[in-house]
Amino acid sequence: MVMKRLLLGAAALALSAGMAQAQYSDNKVKIGILTDLSGTYSDLAGKGTIVAAQMAIDDFGGKLNGQPIELISADHQNKADIASGIARKWYDTEGVDAIAELVTTAAAIAVREVSKEKGKIDLVSGAASTPLTNDKCSATGFHWTYDTYAMAVGTGDAVVKNGGKTWFFLTADYAFGHNLQAQTERVVKANGGTVKGSVKHPFPNADFSSFLLQAQASGAQIIGLANAGADTINAIKQAKEFGITQGGQQLAGLLVFITDVHSLGLENAQGMMLTTGFYWDMDDQTRAWSKRWSEKMGGGKMPSMVHAGTYSQVLHYLKAAAAAKTDDGVKVADEMRKLPISDFFAKNGKIRADGRMVHDMYLAQVKKPSESKGPWDYYKIVRTIPGDEAYQPLSESTCPLVKK
Amino acid sequence: MMTIFGMPTQALFGQLLLGLINGAFYAMLSLGLALIFGLLNIINFSHGALYMMGAFVAWLALNFLGLGYWPALIVAPLVVAALGMLIERTMLCRLYKLDHLYGLLLTFGLALVIEGLFREAYGVSGQPYSVPKELAGGWNLGFMFLPIYRGWVVVASLILCLGTWFAIEKTKLGAYLRAATENPTLVQAFGINVPVMITLTYGFGVALAAIAGVLAAPVYQVSPKMGSDLIIVVFAVVVIGGMGSIMGSIVTGYLLGLVEGLTKVFYPEAASTVIFMVMVIVLLIKPAGLFGKGA
Amino acid sequence: MNAVIISSRQKPFVLALLGLGLVLPFAIYPVFLMKGLCFGLFAAAFNLLLGYVGLLSFGHAMFFGWSAYITAHAAKEWGLTPELAILAGVALATLLGLVVGWLAIRRQGIYFAMITLALAQLMYFVAVQAPFTHGEDGIQGVPRGRLFGLIDLGDTLTMYYFVFAVFVASLLFLYRVVNSPFGQILKAIRDNEPRAISLGYEVTRYKLIAFVISAAFAGLAGSLKSLVFQLASLADVNWHISGEVVLMTLLGGVGTVLGPTVGGFLVVAIQDYFAGIGSLVIIIQGIIFVVCVLLFRSGMIGVLTPWLKRRGING
Repeated sequence: MVMKRLLLGAAALALSAGMAQAQYSDNKVKIGILTDLSGTYSDLAGKGTIVAAQMAIDDFGGKLNGQPIELISADHQNKADIASGIARKWYDTEGVDAIAELVTTAAAIAVREVSKEKGKIDLVSGAASTPLTNDKCSATGFHWTYDTYAMAVGTGDAVVKNGGKTWFFLTADYAFGHNLQAQTERVVKANGGTVKGSVKHPFPNADFSSFLLQAQASGAQIIGLANAGADTINAIKQAKEFGITQGGQQLAGLLVFITDVHSLGLENAQGMMLTTGFYWDMDDQTRAWSKRWSEKMGGGKMPSMVHAGTYSQVLHYLKAAAAAKTDDGVKVADEMRKLPISDFFAKNGKIRADGRMVHDMYLAQVKKPSESKGPWDYYKIVRTIPGDEAYQPLSESTCPLVKK
Repeated sequence: MMTIFGMPTQALFGQLLLGLINGAFYAMLSLGLALIFGLLNIINFSHGALYMMGAFVAWLALNFLGLGYWPALIVAPLVVAALGMLIERTMLCRLYKLDHLYGLLLTFGLALVIEGLFREAYGVSGQPYSVPKELAGGWNLGFMFLPIYRGWVVVASLILCLGTWFAIEKTKLGAYLRAATENPTLVQAFGINVPVMITLTYGFGVALAAIAGVLAAPVYQVSPKMGSDLIIVVFAVVVIGGMGSIMGSIVTGYLLGLVEGLTKVFYPEAASTVIFMVMVIVLLIKPAGLFGKGA
Repeated sequence: MNAVIISSRQKPFVLALLGLGLVLPFAIYPVFLMKGLCFGLFAAAFNLLLGYVGLLSFGHAMFFGWSAYITAHAAKEWGLTPELAILAGVALATLLGLVVGWLAIRRQGIYFAMITLALAQLMYFVAVQAPFTHGEDGIQGVPRGRLFGLIDLGDTLTMYYFVFAVFVASLLFLYRVVNSPFGQILKAIRDNEPRAISLGYEVTRYKLIAFVISAAFAGLAGSLKSLVFQLASLADVNWHISGEVVLMTLLGGVGTVLGPTVGGFLVVAIQDYFAGIGSLVIIIQGIIFVVCVLLFRSGMIGVLTPWLKRRGING
């Protein structure tokens, strides 16, 4: 009897508190970072994104609705089924309100499906492919840092305009690789270039010499690398070994992260053009943030664009959740679309109907060893690509949420 | 210009040469596996991890001790062999009388631990390792540009493989080894310390993997994942060659390198699958493998 | 046909387990339980081969994964009801089992393991290349649909009871097979094949039937999983899954009825509950392998059974 009365009392209290204050489920906001902590992408994303998300929470003040903001994280091992399982569990039993980072497209799409079903928010930073803002788009799903379209526009366009008219692609034989090649081909052709051929290599692949010789035999000026991570690194390294670059052909890495350049060393990577959403050494703000991140992370590392993007998206989510006075996924998502994004990562960012966060991208060239002052001093920013030019126009989107 | 299958003969020749270079790695790794299987009856799944460790020891020696490539070729196999012998003495030796399955699982577990530890310490992107100065540059063969280093890999691999084959098939020590495989009790009775011989064999087998790792370091990134991607292919090589057959694993290693090289030209997507196709066909026609004796 | 052989001494134990299965979803997160049941069934099917025929297949991922693909495709693209989609998946797994089994069972030991591995790798390659599998993105957003067009499986609890029912029925069937005259012959083959041949048994045929049954139930497990998680992906056909099922069976106890299920739950629990600690999971998993092989070769059930026996219960 006593128990029953107590429960009733507690329920009444909770209800009145809820009405008087904002509507937060279990009174608090909880964010999950689901990333690759052990596989191929654990350097460019991984632990660094957990550090970045915690920084965002701390910078926000650590509390929302008078309750501490909680952060949990897990390793999805780049597998869709594990990602989907963890997302489900987090939403069902852990009271997670939003899942962020989500490197690799298969995992991101898996979490997108669950989030859509549960009306919760997913914030994609590390994954690359454009379906996330096209047929897989969702009212509560966002794509933040970059995508294959922007990579293709940035690098493809710059290389063709520099005279690289004929292309040969080395493409990782999976959906992301195909997507990246298709996007780049479109840009190359639109600028008057031609594609001389392509070869689809197994994923993952260690020895690229055979494919590089095929690219060499094609006589194309540019060898486009539509792959990522270790595949790109090995291809670049072996191109140098086989004298491909000395022979007058140039490499274009279509998705290269600063962690890849660090791993390759400037000796191997110098001169390469690449597109990035962020570079730590751009202005005082980026330097200050990156320095803080680096101290927390240890090992003298500097953040990749995925790390910086994760900070930006988590901070923006918290701002929107505070403004909307709720953690209801749909309402916070609406608020997120309304609020402009202005932080060290995105100077004038905005979120479109398809969930794409549009912000400026940067075309960079890797420095020569003689130009670099030390570790992580790797990029020269060649051009700022305005967000509206970098990202797929809404008119081309196949996202059902876009009104035409 | 002459063509074969619609491809200039010379370009094809270049691709075959590249296949041979990859085959050199397969041969070195599968040789060690075959040796260990032949004598210890253990399917050494940690072979890939120990190959990776060989490359990492070379990288660590360079960055922390200032030891270059040539000393690393000696140091890395010694370090890895020491670890291997420790593993054999403390764990593997308990499993010899049991089913293959247990040795496989134990070494699989060890591979996960070794790889995991290196990943924790050095991340996954890999560390750069330069080609030694003496072997930098390349030869222009007319039909292709051959980096000197890759040529060296083939030569080194041939020397190692043939040397090992000679030692086992043609020397007294090798005769003891082969005898111990057939009947350990009898050999022991002749006054030869079989357990020590087994330990040394395991050490030598993994040392071969470590040398392959050092040789691979300048070609690929030195990365914790480099072994796990390779191990299953190397297994296939050993099986196709005939489990436990020394010459079989060497020849098959080079042959499959060539087959893979050709696949990379004509059906690149299947390059990592073709070896399994060969394996199915060989096992159906010749159940004990190309050079195996009885199933 | 005599009834399922459960001795009166085992009855209370079995009933207790059934009761536990019914109330557990109220205590433990049901999706986790379903995953455990799927992998438990997978391991039990695998165990039929390893534990009772003595054949180590290293390619069972192909039955598990391909059945998952077909079920997912049938449910999503053809709009089949879940039971029909599962049937389609199992049918393919059975067919695949027949072909692979026919090719492989004449080999023994390590060669059997390797030929199944090789065939599984070929099927993996087909999965990478076939357009309907959508590469590494997999078939996502598979609808669970309505069972027999009536019962909505979208509800987690309903889905759980469906999976649980299928699981119990499958395990009873496997238990029945193992304890039937057919099962006795399998064990005879495992213990002494030449003797079984000399007694006039067509050993190859028995092995093939066991292989096909094992493949079919591995497929059933994959089909269920694709509906539970609403996706089928390359991870399901990868050789790692073939390795994992060996681990589960071994952890639980080879050649016991419940062992593989226990092992399945254990592995799933390790993966799920340690996912939060990140990259250390894999190291821990490795250490568990090593410790198990060195210290607990008879598996959890193997360790537990003597203890249970002392209390008059047969595991």
